[in-house]
Amino acid sequence: MEFIVCKYNYWIYIVLMMIGFYAIIGKKNLVKKLVGMNIFQTALILYFVSTAAKKGATIPIVSHGHGATEHAIHAAQYVNPLPHVLMLTAIVVMVSTFGVALALIIMIYRRYKTLEEDEILKATK
Amino acid sequence: MKFLAFIIVIITGALLIYATVDMPDWADPYSPASTHVSPRYIEKTVEETATPNIVTSVLADYRGYDTLGEATVIFTAAVCCILLLRRTRK
Amino acid sequence: MIAQFEDVIIQTLCRLLIPFIQLFALYVIAHGHHSPGGGFQGGCILGASFILLCVAYDMEEAKRRMSEKLNVIFCCLGVIIFGGIGVVCLILGANYLDYGILHKLLPVNIPEARSLGILGIEIGVGFTVMAAMISIFLNLASSGEHEETLR
Repeated sequence: MEFIVCKYNYWIYIVLMMIGFYAIIGKKNLVKKLVGMNIFQTALILYFVSTAAKKGATIPIVSHGHGATEHAIHAAQYVNPLPHVLMLTAIVVMVSTFGVALALIIMIYRRYKTLEEDEILKATK
Repeated sequence: MKFLAFIIVIITGALLIYATVDMPDWADPYSPASTHVSPRYIEKTVEETATPNIVTSVLADYRGYDTLGEATVIFTAAVCCILLLRRTRK
Repeated sequence: MIAQFEDVIIQTLCRLLIPFIQLFALYVIAHGHHSPGGGFQGGCILGASFILLCVAYDMEEAKRRMSEKLNVIFCCLGVIIFGGIGVVCLILGANYLDYGILHKLLPVNIPEARSLGILGIEIGVGFTVMAAMISIFLNLASSGEHEETLR
């Protein structure tokens, strides 16, 4: 029981990742594959941010401002900021790949007049 | 084809859940992600950079080089969309 | 592409709201030091204000306020500001992007100089993200020919 309580966050994110993964390999429409890729990347970002949590800690903004450090800053009071920083970069990369992938889909539609994977593969043979 | 994809997804999910046995517990303050360099960032950010927001100071000062790469990535994506799609009618 | 009818309520409301959205975006960029925010978040909100103008009216309204040439200039200007601050630090004698050496140029002490360096590069990143969002949306929504409106 303790095993389930300590690790159930990883299992939820793994279920979300597998939903996205099934959409990438199981669907035939190109736009649906792209939506699956987006779900996969979002689940990955949530997974990394969940490893940053600490019991009883607050958000990583030092509360009394700069210039007066009367209170000592303990690392156990604040949530680990490093995964948050890395996931900001990951979100920007997610948006960039989504934009370029949609541009490529528009080009494919102009050329082949269809968006189904098997029809495109048949047209290129 | 969809049945094969479903089997692959189930096997991958089972392998990933088996791999979570070794991972640290949720909200553990002594997990390896929280104990190497991040206590130093939390404790020293106000006296070294005068910025109370630890995420901004790590993103723009301690790891500023990665943010330069990230700005280049979003710039490259905008240029790629222009190059791929833009057609001017003469 | 999308069949659209003019709606007075939506158009009036968007025309009233867009300056406040942009003001909030500038607040998010400027208060990145004290509250959650920073360059990426403020740049996205700024880009979203232009996209709202494009969706409520048609594409000519958005292009009248932010032409394509100005968009590309903003996109490059952001990266130049970011790299330029790093090169200034290099010229003054420290490592690349080491803002502590800026206390020789400005009359502040070392932690304040690092804080000002962070603000400078967040402004640069805000410009680039805004221009990238607008440019990607305009190109995808019109599939390349900017003359065709959303009508």
